[in-house]
Order: sequence, then C-alpha cells, then structure tokens
Amino acid sequence: MTFLGWATIVIFALVLTACAYPLGRYMARVYSGERVFLSPILRWPEETIYKVIRVDTTQGQDWKAYARSLIFFSLAGWLLLYFILRTQTLWNFTGLNPLHYHSGTWDVTFNTVSSFMTNTNWQYYSGETTMSYFSQMAGLTVQNWLSAGVGIVVAVALVRGIVGRSGKSLGNFWQDIVRTILYVLAPLTVISAIVLVSQGVIDNFATYLSAHTLTGLTQSIAMGPAASQEAIKMLGTNGGGFFNTNSAHPFENPNGFTNFYEMLIVLVIPAALIFMYGKMTGNRRQGYAIYGAVMLMFLGAVAVAYIAEAHGSPAQHAAGLHTGVIAGSGGGNMEGKEQRFGIAGSALFNVITTVTSCGAVNSALESFTGIGGAVPFANLSASEVIFGGVGTGLYSILLYVLLAVFIGGLMVGRTPEWLGKKLEAREIKLAGLGILITPLAALFCTAMATATTVGTESISKVAAGGPQGFSETFYAYLSQANNNGSAFAGYTGYIQPAAGNIGAHGIKFADLLGGFDMMFARYAPILFALAVAGALAGKRVSPAGLGTMRTDNPTFVVLLIGVIILVGALTFFPALLLGPIVQGLTGHLY
Amino acid sequence: MRRDIVTSVISILLFTLLLGIVYPLAIEGVSQVAFPGNANGQRIYRDGKLVGSKIIGQAFMVPVIGKNGRPEEKEKKPVLEADPRYFQSRPSATEPEPYNAAASTFSNLGPNSTITKEADEEHIKEYLELNKPYDSGLTVAKIPVDAVNSSASGLDPQISEANARIQAHRIAALRHLSLSKVDALIKKYTSGRGLGFSGEPGVDVLELNLALDEIGGAGAGR
Repeated sequence: MTFLGWATIVIFALVLTACAYPLGRYMARVYSGERVFLSPILRWPEETIYKVIRVDTTQGQDWKAYARSLIFFSLAGWLLLYFILRTQTLWNFTGLNPLHYHSGTWDVTFNTVSSFMTNTNWQYYSGETTMSYFSQMAGLTVQNWLSAGVGIVVAVALVRGIVGRSGKSLGNFWQDIVRTILYVLAPLTVISAIVLVSQGVIDNFATYLSAHTLTGLTQSIAMGPAASQEAIKMLGTNGGGFFNTNSAHPFENPNGFTNFYEMLIVLVIPAALIFMYGKMTGNRRQGYAIYGAVMLMFLGAVAVAYIAEAHGSPAQHAAGLHTGVIAGSGGGNMEGKEQRFGIAGSALFNVITTVTSCGAVNSALESFTGIGGAVPFANLSASEVIFGGVGTGLYSILLYVLLAVFIGGLMVGRTPEWLGKKLEAREIKLAGLGILITPLAALFCTAMATATTVGTESISKVAAGGPQGFSETFYAYLSQANNNGSAFAGYTGYIQPAAGNIGAHGIKFADLLGGFDMMFARYAPILFALAVAGALAGKRVSPAGLGTMRTDNPTFVVLLIGVIILVGALTFFPALLLGPIVQGLTGHLY
Repeated sequence: MRRDIVTSVISILLFTLLLGIVYPLAIEGVSQVAFPGNANGQRIYRDGKLVGSKIIGQAFMVPVIGKNGRPEEKEKKPVLEADPRYFQSRPSATEPEPYNAAASTFSNLGPNSTITKEADEEHIKEYLELNKPYDSGLTVAKIPVDAVNSSASGLDPQISEANARIQAHRIAALRHLSLSKVDALIKKYTSGRGLGFSGEPGVDVLELNLALDEIGGAGAGR
C-alpha cells in the first residue's frame, strides 16, 4: 500500500461528490419538467421525437401503463438486436465488417442480447474476435443507451410515486426515456467520448493493423469505433467491453487519467440520482442520509480490496516472490493487473464497477486474492444498492429504505410512515419480493449449475477441482442476476476455436440459464418497484408528528446499513463461505 | 396496447438510427479531425513500415531454431524465446502467441491455484536465466512482481521502473552502452501517474527499445 494509493481513493470520493451534487439538482429539474440551461437547444429535437414516435406526453400513466410501455419498448429492442447480431454478414455492404466475421451461434446470441437489453453486459463472446463494427455500433451501442435509460426512468417513476400527491400518475414513460437520453445521457456521453479519444482511446473504422515488430514478428492489432461505445458503456453502468479484456485493454483505458475519469463517469449518475431523490422529496437531507449510508459501505469495500490485493496471493508467496512495495515497483498481486493502474487503481476500479451494475473491469477478477475477490461478491450480494446501476441502484435502495422504515416502525411500535405516507401490508409485501427476487434467481441458477454435469462444463480447467471452480460458477449467476456483467472470466459459455466464429459453439446450458437469469432478475424487480410506486402514489400525506421516525438522520443511516448487510449476509453467507472466504482463509494451493 | 407496440417499434428504429449510426459516426468524424493520431491507435512507423502502436505492448522475442534448422513448434505454435538485446515486456496470456493484439485475454490464473504458482515459477526461472548473468546480486525476492505476473490485457505496453532497471544491466552489457546511459533512457521513456496521483509510473517498452536501436552501436536491431 502506498500513500498515493490511499490518496487516490479519498480524492475520488471528493471529486465524485462534487460532480454528482449539481448533476442531481439538474436531473431533478429535468424530471420535474422545469426549464434547464439545455432547454433552448433540446426543446425542438425533443418535440420532434414525440411527433415521430406518436406519443401524447400530456397523458400521465399509472404504474400498469408505465410498465406496459417499458416492457414493449424492451421487447422491441431485444428483437431488433437479435436480428442485427444474427445477420452480421448481411451488413457487410456497409464496409463495417472488415474481417468478414460471421454471426455468433444462436445460443450465445440469445445470452448476449438478453445481457445488453438488461444493462448487464455479460459477455461470453470476445469483442474483437466476434463482432463486426456494425454490430458493435448499431446493435450493442444502442442498447448501452437504452438499457441505461430504462433503469433511470424506473427510479424516477418510483420517486414520483413516493412524493406524488396527485393521484395515480407516475409520469409518462416515453417522455421520461426521451428526456433521459437527450438531457442527461447525451451531453455527458458526447463530452466523455471526446475526452477519451483525446487521451488515446481509439475510434476508427480501419481494418486490423499488421505490424512488423522490432524482432521481426508480425503483430495483428484490433481496431474499431471504441470510444463512442466506451463513453456510454461507463456512463450507463453497462460495462460490456468493446474488446475482450474490457477496460484493461490499452485502447479502452490508456492511462492513469482515463482510469480515474472512467471510474468517475461510472458512479456520477448513480450518485447524482440520490441527490435528485433528496431534491424531489423536498428535503435534501433524505438524499444525504442515503448518500452517507452507501458512501460508508463503498469506502469500506474499497479499503478491504486494496489491502488484500496489496498483500499479494498465496501462489505468489509460494513461488518465493516478495510482494511488498520496493523502489520503482508498487508490489502486490499483479497477476491480471496492468502496470499503469497499479494495485490501488485496479482495486478501486473493480469495486466501483461491482457496486454499480457496470461490471467493466480493468484487471482480472478471477486473479484477485480470495478476500479481494470476496469484495465484488459482497457488493453483488448487497443487491447492487451501494450506488448501484443507473436507476437500478436508487430504486433498489428505496425498497430497502421502505423495509428499514417498516422494521424501525415495528421496533418502536408505531404504524410505519415514510415521508408522510403510511406504509401498509401491500407495499411491504411488494418491496420484500422486489428485494428477494434477485438473490433467489442467483442462488437457484448457481445450484442448477453446480449440481449438474452440463453446468460444470463451463468451469475453466485452471479452476476445476478447487473452491475457485465454485467461485467462478457462483459469480457468473450472481453477476447475471444483479445485471452486473463482470466475471471470473474463466467461466465460459462459448467455445471459439478461431476468430470470426467459424467452428464456434455455445454451451447451451450456460447461455440459456444465464439469459433467463438476467431477464427475470431485471424485469421482476422493475415491476415490483413500479407496483410499489403505484401503491404509494395515491396515498394521502399526513404531517409528521413527534412520534414519526425520521429517515434523514444518522440513526436511520445505521439502521439502513444494518438492514442491507443483514439481508445480504443471511442470504448469501453459506455460499460465500464455500468459495472466496475459504480461499481467503487458507494459504493452501489447489 | 396497440399504441404501445407501434410506438415501441418506431422508437427503437429511430433510436437505432440516432444512437447507433449518427452518434458513432459523429464521434468518429470529430476524432479523426481533432485527434487523428490517437483515434487511429498511435501507430509507430520506422523506415515507412508500421512497427506497432505506442500503447500496445509487443513480444520482443524470436522463434527458437531447432537442430534441423527449422523453427521449433509445440502444439502447432511456434516456440519463442526472449531476444536479450531488447527490454522484455511482461508475461502475456494471449493465444496463439503472446501479445496477439487481435485477441486480448486475461490469464485467469486464480490466487490459490498450483497452476498459478507453477506459472510464476516458470517466469521467475526465465527472468533469472536472462538477467542473472548481468546482475549477479539478483534473487527471486528482488524480482518486481510485474516482471513475472501476467498482465490483465495481455497487451500491457509498460513495465515497472524496478523491472527496467534490472534489465538495464543486460542491455548495457549486450549493447556496449554505459549503465548510466541506459538508465537515462529508461527515465526518458517513463510515463508518470495520471494527474500526478492516479495509477503507477510505467516504462513504455516499445518506445524505449526503438530508442535503443536508434542509438545504434553493437547489437543494434535487425
């Protein structure tokens, strides 16, 4: 560990807060329909889009109508993406398939499409050996935007339900998604794409380069329109790499500055949404309380991962390596890490992308030490509420807040009230289901995959026969259920003997189970969150009395953290023990 | 219901046009005008020939020639060995050869795996064989971890300063340069931390090796 390593973490937290606060206020204005500084430029395109897609934005939608629009919109996106990916060679006339790659098999495409539609961006394929530039742009990049947008609008709708005083309407889905794209995502994405290119992220349509190396070898170098996808991949907490090694690839993340910048744009919208919530409730302290709770958990996770990775791995020590800091080397567990990021930059990045549903990685999670790797596990086990994905984070933690208010109410023996609204059986049931459905999907799929021989086919040779094999499997279905998309990447669902998909075949069990895992664990909680919003929307607001439990003070922060950890721990502890914790507690090699 | 379907279909086509065609083309256009070098991968040419990218690592290795005078092969892949006249990059897990920049990949070696330990030991052995003759004080415990642990992308363009300074002994001896001159070159091609604090400094190996060839002298390239 180094001073600068710790300094990076602290500076990051400060810069994040400084950026997220104004963005949150801006977003609150956008979703309240108020005028913002971009309105003069964006008003016309916004109105034009409404005309083209034929919607009447004056019509509010109740939760069922809102959900129906959302489901059809997602379904249409699924079908079009599946079509584009399966007809990859059909688009060769555009010149955007320089290596004439064929489509992936139907099963891996099913997995990939479900993955991008659900903001998971789990990838069994490898970008530079599978996808044409056209598929990357017109297919995957589009869902990078839209899945992020869908997540955000659900959070906005839930907040409207919580604070709403005007009947059943949660707003209009089409208006929300268009505003999200135009007013929130577009400005940030365009700026970020340019910043990234200025630092060395590539963006071109050239065919792969053939270089003659200094020692006379030939090196083939992948190219492509990476920066435009990279920007929305991070901002939308998508995380699907343009290249196989994601943000570890020098063309996606060329230096220490881009590493910092990419971390910042992953977290800025999830953090801003919390401040937006505070603003929209009319009591900013509501936002601060949640922000404080998740920031505390986040910093704890980062510290554990950094210390564990700086310590080094049992394999390194068994080989006789010294893993401390020496002059000119940061030491630590450098297996699967890049020199330019170092230990702190790698640990921080991977914690950020696993607390959010981003799932991009700049270092190999599979090579993280037992405890270092247990941190992403814990982040996922907390159901992505520690900031969480864009939108998903906020609506998930609001369900937890509801649960915490209920438990708090039981403890003091009063009818629980939240922001003046009485919580009754219906809301608590819906929130409970919304919280438990993701762990259920993750554990069910893990059990299926470990108990069957078809499931174990996916485990990498290196990991077979030890706790790592279980970790890999568990992580795969946990990550897909949480719509995260990061992986212990040895786990595979696609066997590709050569570039271009010729002779490749998918492992159907892993592809299909994972695909259903992702879709179920995405849309079920969305429906529950919208149903909660619907249930709360129509309730009368009564003024807070002396006995009302406050949800904006440190006591509540502690209660909220306790509830999150308790639910996560009780659900996942047995499974965690079998994998990463065993690995962290032993110096034994398998 | 029908209205939702119509709107969904139109909007998905519209967004595909705007976000999947117009947006990427616009970014590409701006990038090619404003930052053509970066956008195209910071290519490095020598004598008119492309030798690589500034930010993509490469294997400074040569094929092993067998007793029959032909390149040796193992499992249909050519066997490579380090070219000692060049600074060596970090171990890479790409297939079929290291530093295949058309197929980046992690090593995915787990922390508690004997296979990881054996890979580390193999890399340690190679590193010692290559450098110990020129740096007699070198022991396992003194090897910087980046020199024997494989990188994440398999394409890491950098090595740590400590790693470079150990290799400097070998380079100086084989190229008949003074150690201080090689160390000065290392310093010149070391990139600092982002914003002064983010990440670790690293030595850009390709640029460093190109500079060595530029100096010429005994054992220069090609």
